[in-house]
Amino acid sequence: MPLAKRVIPCLDVNHGKVVKGINFVNLRDAGHPVDLAKRYSDEGADELVFLDITASSEKREILRETVKSVAKAISIPFTVGGGINNVSDARLVLCNGADKVSVNTAAVRDPSIITELAEVFGQQCVVIAIDAKRRKEDRPDAITVETPEGKVWFEVYTYGGRNPTGIDAIRWAIQAAGLGAGEFLVTSMDKDGTEDGFDLELTRKVSESVNVPVIASGGAGIPEHFLEAFTFGKADAALAASVFHYSKYPVPIVKEYLRKKGVIIRP
Amino acid sequence: MGNLLSLKFAFQKVGLKPEVGLDRSQIKNADAIAIPGVGSFQTATKKLDQVRDLIIDLAGGGIPVIGICLGMQLFFPESEEGGGQGLGLFKGKNVRLPNYVKVPHMGWNSLKIIKQNKILEGVNDGSYVYFVHSLFPEPTERNIVCTETNYGKTFASTIAKKNVYGTQFHPEKSGDIGLKILRNFAQIVAR
Repeated sequence: MPLAKRVIPCLDVNHGKVVKGINFVNLRDAGHPVDLAKRYSDEGADELVFLDITASSEKREILRETVKSVAKAISIPFTVGGGINNVSDARLVLCNGADKVSVNTAAVRDPSIITELAEVFGQQCVVIAIDAKRRKEDRPDAITVETPEGKVWFEVYTYGGRNPTGIDAIRWAIQAAGLGAGEFLVTSMDKDGTEDGFDLELTRKVSESVNVPVIASGGAGIPEHFLEAFTFGKADAALAASVFHYSKYPVPIVKEYLRKKGVIIRP
Repeated sequence: MGNLLSLKFAFQKVGLKPEVGLDRSQIKNADAIAIPGVGSFQTATKKLDQVRDLIIDLAGGGIPVIGICLGMQLFFPESEEGGGQGLGLFKGKNVRLPNYVKVPHMGWNSLKIIKQNKILEGVNDGSYVYFVHSLFPEPTERNIVCTETNYGKTFASTIAKKNVYGTQFHPEKSGDIGLKILRNFAQIVAR
């Protein structure tokens, strides 16, 4: 049997609490990261991603404690991202039980950090997160993709989606893969929070351009979206947050749906 | 990069009292030895230099030994990756995964049980476990292979010979199945 496709719940963590705000009016506290991590792990999630959005001086201490408690509670792999700027940030997270670090802004600012991280911790530890947005205007040097809405290219954003960089996401993925990225976490900013499906053209284009695993992210609303990410999108894994947090479609329901559709899934 | 802390936590969950270290007297007094996968073959063999003879002696003397991922690869004398001498407990060598599949082999893949062993008690054929690796061992002795896994190529994913056990996957990251395997190891240690 080939490698199973992975279903990955994502937890946005702020000051040691899971938060999820985008497009949710009746926001309820999504809970403590360790409790949620344990729940997802027990439900059959294949992996977890934690994005730490804490911006403060006590960040490192909170992060250390959270990562360690999560590592103790679960026995599946997990990735930590958010403000990983250098080898020492990565070490803090990896030495406290995380399996991979996810890096976006720091890598765009200085791509050599990818090679450095891969050399110190191994390529499989280095996830490059790409936040991308569709662009319709012509740009001769960009790699374009045909979509139902016409020809587009994808622009990389940094600083949690606040900063457009002008960088072509597909070219960036190819470059980062060459520098030692072990995996890509590709989030569509157009789709994030919409629950109307992943950006399949984006996911597919990155998957076809690099020879490491690709995680589709942003837009999952129903189990069919996961199926599309794996089939048309050629993703190796699909990530979602709100769909799982609010138990609209718990992990076992999504995985059972995929299994019935013939996708290879860990039971 | 082997995730030492997760392995430590997992051993605690199955009732063992793991200590992390390379101290000779610490190793001599241990009831069992676990060799996790940290970094490259070269980095690992360098670290092993100070305790290689001791581990070979203890393993020969019957103490339970488990090697995980790179730790299992270290049971073999050499690696295509280059860099130093492994323990040479088993004959064979470590070779690269074929380049027509995505490398590293990362994710959940299944075990085909070739030969039953105490370490696999309660583990069903086809169980999924978590892998992260770019090389795999090719043992000369085929009868030490307990499970095989296919990724571009069929390779030995669990090996066992007497008191020495190796898994190419990470039991500490493989959910309940992985914990079952570690619990089996803990029972072997308790005997």
